[in-house]
Amino acid sequence: MRDVAVVGFAQRQMKEFDGSPTCVELLVPLFAECYEQTGWTRKDVGFWCSGSSDYLAGRSFSFVQAVDAIGVIPPVNESHVEMDLAWAMYEAWIKIQTGEVDTALVYAFGKSSAGVLRRTLSLQLEPYTMTPIWPDTVSLAGLQARVGIDQGVWDEAAMAEVANRSLTDAEKNEHAIRSGGSSVEELLARPMYADPLRKHDCAPVSDGAAAIVLAAEGKADEVCERPAWISGISHYVDSMSLGTRDLTRSPSAQRAGAAVDLNGVEVAELHAPFSHQELILRTELGLGDDVRINPSGGALTANPMFSAGGIRVGEAARRIWSGEASKVLAHATSGPALQQNLVTTMEAR
Amino acid sequence: MAGRKLPAAVIGVGQTHHRAARKDVSMPGLLREAIDRALEDAQMTLDEIDAIVVGKAPDLFEGVMMPELFLADAIGAVGKPLLRVHTAGSVGGSTAIVASSLVQSGVHKKVLTVAYEKQSESNAMWALSVPIPFNMPVHAGAGGYFAPHVRSYIRRSGAPTHIGAIVAAKDRQNALKNPYAHLKNPDTTVESVLASQMLWDPIRYDETCPSSDGACALVIVSEDEAARSSNPAWIHGTVMRSEATTAAERDQVNPQASRDAAAALWKQAGITNPLEEIDEAEIYVPFSWFEPMWLESLGFAAEGEGWKLTEAGETAIGGKIPVNASGGVLSSNPIGASGMLRFGEAALQVRGAAGEHQVDGARKALGHAYGGGSQFFAMWVVGAEKPSN
Repeated sequence: MRDVAVVGFAQRQMKEFDGSPTCVELLVPLFAECYEQTGWTRKDVGFWCSGSSDYLAGRSFSFVQAVDAIGVIPPVNESHVEMDLAWAMYEAWIKIQTGEVDTALVYAFGKSSAGVLRRTLSLQLEPYTMTPIWPDTVSLAGLQARVGIDQGVWDEAAMAEVANRSLTDAEKNEHAIRSGGSSVEELLARPMYADPLRKHDCAPVSDGAAAIVLAAEGKADEVCERPAWISGISHYVDSMSLGTRDLTRSPSAQRAGAAVDLNGVEVAELHAPFSHQELILRTELGLGDDVRINPSGGALTANPMFSAGGIRVGEAARRIWSGEASKVLAHATSGPALQQNLVTTMEAR
Repeated sequence: MAGRKLPAAVIGVGQTHHRAARKDVSMPGLLREAIDRALEDAQMTLDEIDAIVVGKAPDLFEGVMMPELFLADAIGAVGKPLLRVHTAGSVGGSTAIVASSLVQSGVHKKVLTVAYEKQSESNAMWALSVPIPFNMPVHAGAGGYFAPHVRSYIRRSGAPTHIGAIVAAKDRQNALKNPYAHLKNPDTTVESVLASQMLWDPIRYDETCPSSDGACALVIVSEDEAARSSNPAWIHGTVMRSEATTAAERDQVNPQASRDAAAALWKQAGITNPLEEIDEAEIYVPFSWFEPMWLESLGFAAEGEGWKLTEAGETAIGGKIPVNASGGVLSSNPIGASGMLRFGEAALQVRGAAGEHQVDGARKALGHAYGGGSQFFAMWVVGAEKPSN
């Protein structure tokens, strides 16, 4: 395997992006930030890969115009996944592993505010039997949270603790769109939203975009003082069928974690759009109390669809660049109730 | 610095019977039809597969957001890594390339890839025509979009106006030799094509692709795993290129991304004279005239000369460079799968497994796909021999 590092990262998270669902206006400045961080121009980028969703954009081929944000004259080596940024990064990491290219810039975008997100996402469900019932994302997460509470795997106080820590940490994140911690008692006194979920247990509907720069050994050291070297990356998927899954578990997250070396992880950025999902992930990944979880505030404080998973990678990589940590973990999720999961570890040298 | 790609080979190819509406199967059923044939061809079970890559064109074509998530169960992806690629019409090709890179990188040894479209689940014209704020509406559909490019090609090359009909008649006759092809019109001749309804001048009804339900699956494996096959199709080169959608300086008849992709591909595959060295080409030809257009762009003929190969019969089976011996996109067009069908049919040719539409002695073949408004390209070269480069 070639040594590959995260050497650039730029993000925007907002409640409502006042622009087109292709987010080209958002992407151009993000690429500019990546060029500034690396000193590169677009000609130094060997491979491009984006992540986005046509359903979110309400149109076919939503990625097509986003490609124009690159300025693709002359043409570029480019691909797209209908997945989160983290998987676009995985495709680019693979591309670098083949030796075809040494560098990549991956990006993703999504304007959730253009529709009713929880309703849009219900169109991910099994189309012949489940979709016609229109169970929405928040309701499904509510069912998942209820199963865990009823089985005694977690309780509402544990969920509120996750939310309180996230909201407190978000106070220091300029990109967060929800912040301000209080106390577990105060959070538990707030009204129910989708019993047993309160609003703070659910990620805010968010617009946004993000970009990540990858470089192989030789290139990475040139542009970054302390590159975040990818020491492991793995992803798996579970069945969607909610009736046949133990919703208190996430076998694909467990499997992805087991495929990489989690020993010595100091900081973990977990993509948990609902508070109880962080509890599931911590268990599946075996993260102890000594691991700092989501110092960025995590997805509970901003969750732009299709970039929020990749933003976890960027946020974790930043802790390596700054010298704050020497081994970090980032996680991304997709699909209903933690169906698909990716785990990566990054290390300083 | 940059390493070397590990050898990878196609040892399983499977496809569905393509039809306007496959009402006899659900989406999972359609995919399994292709997957099961590919696995049988590879003499492998789903349990042996390390990772799965799914490709398809826009989700609005079936009305399911990210359908690979619900398909995970049916296609045997549960407990495995699953990727979903979407690069417009080139997606079938791009998906095969992503799958092969999983092997060429050394990350996996046995990868299953499947691409599909079940257009009858929804309405493709509607899915393509959603009005977008601040964008010029296309309204015309794909034929109306490409007709001006074809007119421009005819003007630039001075090609006689019946060239398109020659392509259509040839591909429809080839399709009669392909048991999986959608269109089976034994009576199609150059004359009958020329007598068909003009749709988007100069494109006539018989010069357009059908709208199909269908899927294609490939099993791509590492060098040691390829030993189990008596006839692996070795991957000699893969390439993807994209250019701008809207730019005044674009040459949409012979796009730079296409020319760049071809140049990079031939270099990777060690090919200096594609006309002499490629034995069969599966080229994405959704409208008949794209055969001579792409022949030129790919370097099989000089600019303005591609139509002469077509006119001389050199692109028919038995010609110098048989194009779309399978019947091509003109005979079956399950959009998301169409690119992978080109890649898979190229593999069948060099494996000597193309059946009735086999080109005698094919040793090297091209698989080609393009998408969008001719701005996305994906191509590969496969060969009967392990690549030496």
